[in-house]
Amino acid sequence: MARAGSGSLPRYILQRILLVIPMIWVILTLVFVVLRVAPGDPVSAALGGKLNPQALEQRRQALGFNRPLIAQYWDYLSSVMHLDFGTTFSDNQPVLRVIRDNGGATLSLTLSAFVIALVVGIPLGLVAGRYRDSVSDVVIRLFGIISYAAPIFFVGFLLQVYVAEPLGLPTSGDASPITIFEVKPRTHILLFDVFLSGNGTAIEDVLKHLLLPAVTLGLLICGVFIRLVRVNMLMTMQADYVEAAEARGIQRGKVTWRHAFRNALVPVITVVGLQFALLLGGAVLTETTFNWPGLGQKLVFYINNRDYGAVQGIVTVFAIAVVLISVLVDIINALIDPRVRF
Amino acid sequence: MTIDLTDQPVTSLPQEPVISARDVRVWYGTTRGAIRAVDGVSFDLAPGETLGLVGESGCGKSTLGRGLMGLLPDGAKRDGEVLFRGQDIFKLSPKAAYRLRGAELGMIFQEPLTRLNPLMRISQHFEETIKQHEPRLSKDEIRDRALEVLRLMGIPPTRYRSYPHEFSGGMRQRLMIALALVLRPAFVVADEPTTALDVLVEAQIVQILNDLRRNFQTSLLLITHNVGIVAEACDRVAVMYAGRIVEQGKVADVFKNPQHPYTRELLRSTISLSTTGLHYIEGAPPDLVDPPDGCRFHPRCPEAMNVCASKNPVNLERPGGGRVECWLVGPEDEIPADGKQPLKQQELTVADEA
Amino acid sequence: MRGIFRTLARPFTETAGLARWMLVAGVILTGFFVVCAVFAPWVAPYGFAQSSAHGVQFPKLGHPSSDHWFGTDRLFFDVLSRVIWGARTALEVVILSIFVCVVLGVPLGIVSGFYGGWLDRILVLVMDALYAFPSFLLAIVFSFLLTNLLGGTVLAVSLSLSVIYIPQYFRVVRNTTLSAKEATYVEAARAIGASDFAIMRRYLFGNVIQSVPVLGTLNAADAILTLAGLGFLGLGIQSTDAAEWGHDLNRALADAGGGVWWTGLYPGLAIVLLVTGLTLVGEGLNETLNPTLRRRRLLPVIMPPRESATPQHEEPS
Repeated sequence: MARAGSGSLPRYILQRILLVIPMIWVILTLVFVVLRVAPGDPVSAALGGKLNPQALEQRRQALGFNRPLIAQYWDYLSSVMHLDFGTTFSDNQPVLRVIRDNGGATLSLTLSAFVIALVVGIPLGLVAGRYRDSVSDVVIRLFGIISYAAPIFFVGFLLQVYVAEPLGLPTSGDASPITIFEVKPRTHILLFDVFLSGNGTAIEDVLKHLLLPAVTLGLLICGVFIRLVRVNMLMTMQADYVEAAEARGIQRGKVTWRHAFRNALVPVITVVGLQFALLLGGAVLTETTFNWPGLGQKLVFYINNRDYGAVQGIVTVFAIAVVLISVLVDIINALIDPRVRF
Repeated sequence: MTIDLTDQPVTSLPQEPVISARDVRVWYGTTRGAIRAVDGVSFDLAPGETLGLVGESGCGKSTLGRGLMGLLPDGAKRDGEVLFRGQDIFKLSPKAAYRLRGAELGMIFQEPLTRLNPLMRISQHFEETIKQHEPRLSKDEIRDRALEVLRLMGIPPTRYRSYPHEFSGGMRQRLMIALALVLRPAFVVADEPTTALDVLVEAQIVQILNDLRRNFQTSLLLITHNVGIVAEACDRVAVMYAGRIVEQGKVADVFKNPQHPYTRELLRSTISLSTTGLHYIEGAPPDLVDPPDGCRFHPRCPEAMNVCASKNPVNLERPGGGRVECWLVGPEDEIPADGKQPLKQQELTVADEA
Repeated sequence: MRGIFRTLARPFTETAGLARWMLVAGVILTGFFVVCAVFAPWVAPYGFAQSSAHGVQFPKLGHPSSDHWFGTDRLFFDVLSRVIWGARTALEVVILSIFVCVVLGVPLGIVSGFYGGWLDRILVLVMDALYAFPSFLLAIVFSFLLTNLLGGTVLAVSLSLSVIYIPQYFRVVRNTTLSAKEATYVEAARAIGASDFAIMRRYLFGNVIQSVPVLGTLNAADAILTLAGLGFLGLGIQSTDAAEWGHDLNRALADAGGGVWWTGLYPGLAIVLLVTGLTLVGEGLNETLNPTLRRRRLLPVIMPPRESATPQHEEPS
């Protein structure tokens, strides 16, 4: 199997990883610029009412807001390089700690939602595309549209009013206090830690808490997936190689699966991965709706407190996460589609 | 490219024709009305014989090929009788007709690039096809079969596990041909197999198609607009215009003694080393939703007579064998009194020419 | 004039089956809300911040009744009125934000695509970065910034929304411009000395403007969701400034524990229906305008019976 094809895969991966650096730099610059756009300085905005002018001036100096903009920019970039995302103004914590304490909850929520959306959305989209204009197509499409149109907090509201009560499912927080007390924070991601601990009741408790929020968030993305997959399926069904396979008498079911489904999924992988950005936005709403102790909820809290430092730090982390995910998606895409490597 | 008129012998064996088509019609449904792409076509094809189907773009030749295979879009209807080895394939249930594909009926398409699944290796394409029709073969046997037919196409076994995009255009077409022939179908339709390829590659493919009869005993319907290819690779030729076959017969005979004005014009338009000026046929092919009355070629025919505009020409036997439909050839007794007067053609405006 | 109507009607007349029904349903749904928005002062029984009528105060969290079809909320407001006025707010915000998007995004896209070079590269970089960023987070950040400047007004929220969506318009317009500017008629215009501005205005603008309606409709759907999301987080419009469905849902969430369902159900349904309507219109339009996806209504083929003029089954010659 001498052909060069599989040989260029490592090179492609390296290329993509190297591309991360300029992308992150652009995003960081953007974050910096955006957050400095408002007039006045961030410190006064956050703490103006709480500290006297002297203390305010001290704080301002300590945080470096008196320095020229370029110097602030440089400070910002270099600290991010050292994984220092600043300090919050309101409670003077390093943002890194906030991320460590709350990031895990957001991660488990978004991952679970993503998996739910994939498992439900992709097959539905494939079926809808394959049997175009049939009853299933109509129903699936309507489901996709409505699940996207129903805001997270509305779905959360409905679930809390009509489902949570009868089924006895919790609607607040990611675990009961007992569980939190019992489970050792090893990875700081509760979902993983609880499995590592092997504690049956704790696992059940965490999963029960996870169910409604993950389903709510997952439903939102599910609609997007259905639409994407369906459109790709429609276009793939019209592809020349599908017709050629039919001309060779390949069984219809096999043609659908091997030629249409698989090929329809390839462009979808890229777009699906990019929906992660959508998930992060949705996470903020979901966490607020279900009182889920994640970064999203924290972000809203800091925003309402006008805490620039925290907002800047958390937004930076989110931005970097998005860039990294997009690189990961590109690499997965290259693994699946041999044409991309050339 | 000069037209080679040396006689090509047909494989002898007087047998039943592989394909016997009668009054085949294929009409497309559109938002405007039905397009009568194929409107009453009849021909026979002997085992191991290659029939060239020529005509301008839009004359219906591609539709005829697809219609025979059953590869028609939604809203299209086909009618008529096509006996394949004695069985009318138009009367079969869709499932039964589908089963014939690959093993009995094969198709070679025009654009080789898009006809292969980019995510599947060539080996997988072959395995899928062979397994579909001969499920009991072992993996090794399948591979041997595939490699054998690839060898005949000039593709080395080292490329067996490559992906489609790793091949050049000419090689891809050879792959397509190999894939169509691996199960030794009795009848293959080749729809403009060389149109998308450059001239040098075209010559190779033509040579392969030429050898087909010798290597595979396949009957081939070769659809093309290139008269030169027909001369090189075909035993018989059928000239198609506006949904009907206006003339068919042995290649050498038809090219030496064309009976139909359209055939004459077509041959005259072909370029060779002896060409000094460009010849073209005035006007454009007719609207197939509402074809002209009488002979469909009459608006563009330099030798049209009055009868041509009013009565459909009769399908007769040609002087050298084969069929032709043209009032110039006859039958005399069906032409009315002043029917033989030259037809006053309407001025073709520039718009019509477009 | 008739030509315009025919073009407008084309999505309806030429499509078959589902695409057409989607379009029709979408237009009806959207139309209903537009009517509510436009005629709110006349259609809504009460004002959106009205807590009493004729000297009688409204009940707090009152069940749906004949006086208050959708009940009242914890601020003594009539839910039905707030839903209807909410339509007006939603439409105002969305129309304003799309207007800004088009006014800024389209010219930027044309200029960037037309001139290329450094300007283009920088703009593309910035727009791509904005586009890659989670849109809702961006909306939150910008509304955070803009409400500092402008307060919690319709304008502030609209501008925040515009920021998220401009990259999409920019991209689409730039791509269309890139392909359109290679056209021969553009080359011809240049040859006769037409100014850049004239070329852009005359030839490119018309081409480019065609992709805007589908984008606009789908954007509008997303914008309403984002608006509601911002309202839910308390970052958008305040209760007394205007009625906003998302904000109402925030309060409703707290009521949910007490078994009060009407304060949340109706605003929520309003969002779902309006966004669904807009999406249906957008998708329907997309299906009709995208030739590969379009399913035309084909007239059935009827063949007259065969008159066999050919002799049957003679030997091959």
